[in-house]
Amino acid sequence: MNGRRLLGGYAILAYIFLYAPIAVVVVFAFNGGRDVLYWQGFSTKWFEVALKTPEITNALKFSILIALGNALVACVLGTMLALALPRMRPWLRTPIDALAYMTLVTPEIVFAIAALVFFVQAGKRLGIESPLGWHTILIAHVVFNASVVALVVRARFVSMGQTLEEASYDLGAGPFSTFRQVTLPRLAPAILAGGLLAFTFSFDDFITSFFVTGTDSETLPIYIWGQLRFGVTPAINATAAMILAFTLVVVVVAYLVLRRSGQERESGALPGV
Amino acid sequence: MRTSHLATRAGAGGPRYPGWLVLPAVGWYVVFFLVPLCFIAVTSFGEVVGFSDIAYTWTLDNYRYLWDDFFGEFHLYRDIFLETLKLSVIGTLSTLVIGFPLAYYIARYAKHKTLLLLLVIVPFWTSFLIRAYAWLIVLDPEFPVFRALGLSGFMERHEILFTPNAVYIGVAYNYLPLMVLPLYAALERIDWSLVDAAQDLGDPPWRAFRRITLPLALPGVLAGSLLVFIPLTGEYIIPVILGGNKAFYAGNLIAQQFLESGDWPLGSAIAMVVIAALTVALVVYARALGRSEQHS
Repeated sequence: MNGRRLLGGYAILAYIFLYAPIAVVVVFAFNGGRDVLYWQGFSTKWFEVALKTPEITNALKFSILIALGNALVACVLGTMLALALPRMRPWLRTPIDALAYMTLVTPEIVFAIAALVFFVQAGKRLGIESPLGWHTILIAHVVFNASVVALVVRARFVSMGQTLEEASYDLGAGPFSTFRQVTLPRLAPAILAGGLLAFTFSFDDFITSFFVTGTDSETLPIYIWGQLRFGVTPAINATAAMILAFTLVVVVVAYLVLRRSGQERESGALPGV
Repeated sequence: MRTSHLATRAGAGGPRYPGWLVLPAVGWYVVFFLVPLCFIAVTSFGEVVGFSDIAYTWTLDNYRYLWDDFFGEFHLYRDIFLETLKLSVIGTLSTLVIGFPLAYYIARYAKHKTLLLLLVIVPFWTSFLIRAYAWLIVLDPEFPVFRALGLSGFMERHEILFTPNAVYIGVAYNYLPLMVLPLYAALERIDWSLVDAAQDLGDPPWRAFRRITLPLALPGVLAGSLLVFIPLTGEYIIPVILGGNKAFYAGNLIAQQFLESGDWPLGSAIAMVVIAALTVALVVYARALGRSEQHS
């Protein structure tokens, strides 16, 4: 009992450690002055500044578009991979598995420069004037996010068993209609979860985007990086606060939805049907 | 037993999704991941001509240059690699020490496990850059809390910001969720009545912990350590933001070749050394793991 109370106290400290720095960033978003270290009265003007700075809003829009496109492509590629892999012969499956894991464990800076060298050289060979831009960011993000989706979807696909798929095949349905009518409805939450993760990773990615971006494509993290190097204003804090608020809303909604569907599954629904 | 049974059944044919479904993803991996890695392997044997053109001359000069540094008098690059190793080890250990009691509390005692776990993940979903930037404010001697407490002078004397210590703090903070999640996944599966039984039979708490909890939590510890250690070998962002000019690691070295010096061949060679060192470390780690499993 004593250990339990001690650990409880420790957990509170740990959560303070996790949230205090973020809280500081949010508090200074409401600073009246220009400085992020000297408090000069409460004001919401930096939110207005952030929303009226075209660099910030454009970068935000660009980041969202890239993250959406990335999540879409990653969901398609990752789900296809997750469906076919579990039943492949080991001599084929093992190297593909290894490749997918490699995309996740390679230090990002190494992948970033590799992608940069590749795109520049490929551009030269193909005679493309400026090969870097939004498409290179998108291509590079999909590399590791397809693996993220595959990981999430496959875990669910393997754990839910495949008797229904077998029944569907036995009744004469092809792979496509089996997927649409049997697998997809049960796999949708996992695909959605994988897609959300892919969206987040892409939206937050700095290193890969930074190295493979062109001159005219600035994601939000690239913009923030520039500000951090050359002088910050509370507008950055305000932007961060708005993104955090958005994240929190999504998390709370997802939590409530998951909890409700979990309760329904426990109370209603016959097992195995 | 069960898995092998399933595996044979899976191998025995039966209806399944067609194998060609893997082709788009595998094609993407090969063209945009494997081929680029081969590109830097090849580039590492090239040299710079003119301003930024690369000549693929199959020279060993870049590696010879690094070799001479590692085993010669100046060992500038060797020191950077050793510092990187130190950063990765310190980062892994500190997240483990901070994260284990937290994961343990959530897994064993907490009432709202999902909620508390979500609270660990939420900071992870906040921008990585912003979380590093937060410490730029918090570690500043002029941070209002320090000024209010009259600690500014103390902070200035024991300078933290723009030193390796600031980098260690930032790393422990940013990577903590990556450690807590696998730890929790392992601890959550433990049947705590085993621990109670050991204590009822006379084990003091620490021994019950060492003999039961720790071995069962080991997979989580190992997974979390890999998740933190591997990206830290190439960490670039946190040292730039919090380390000032006094903290410089392998990731910064690679980036410098590409962003400032324009020496892509040397940068590629350094990246190859990082990959090689990481591979060796992982193989040694896996071997040691296999041996310890044989013993127990």
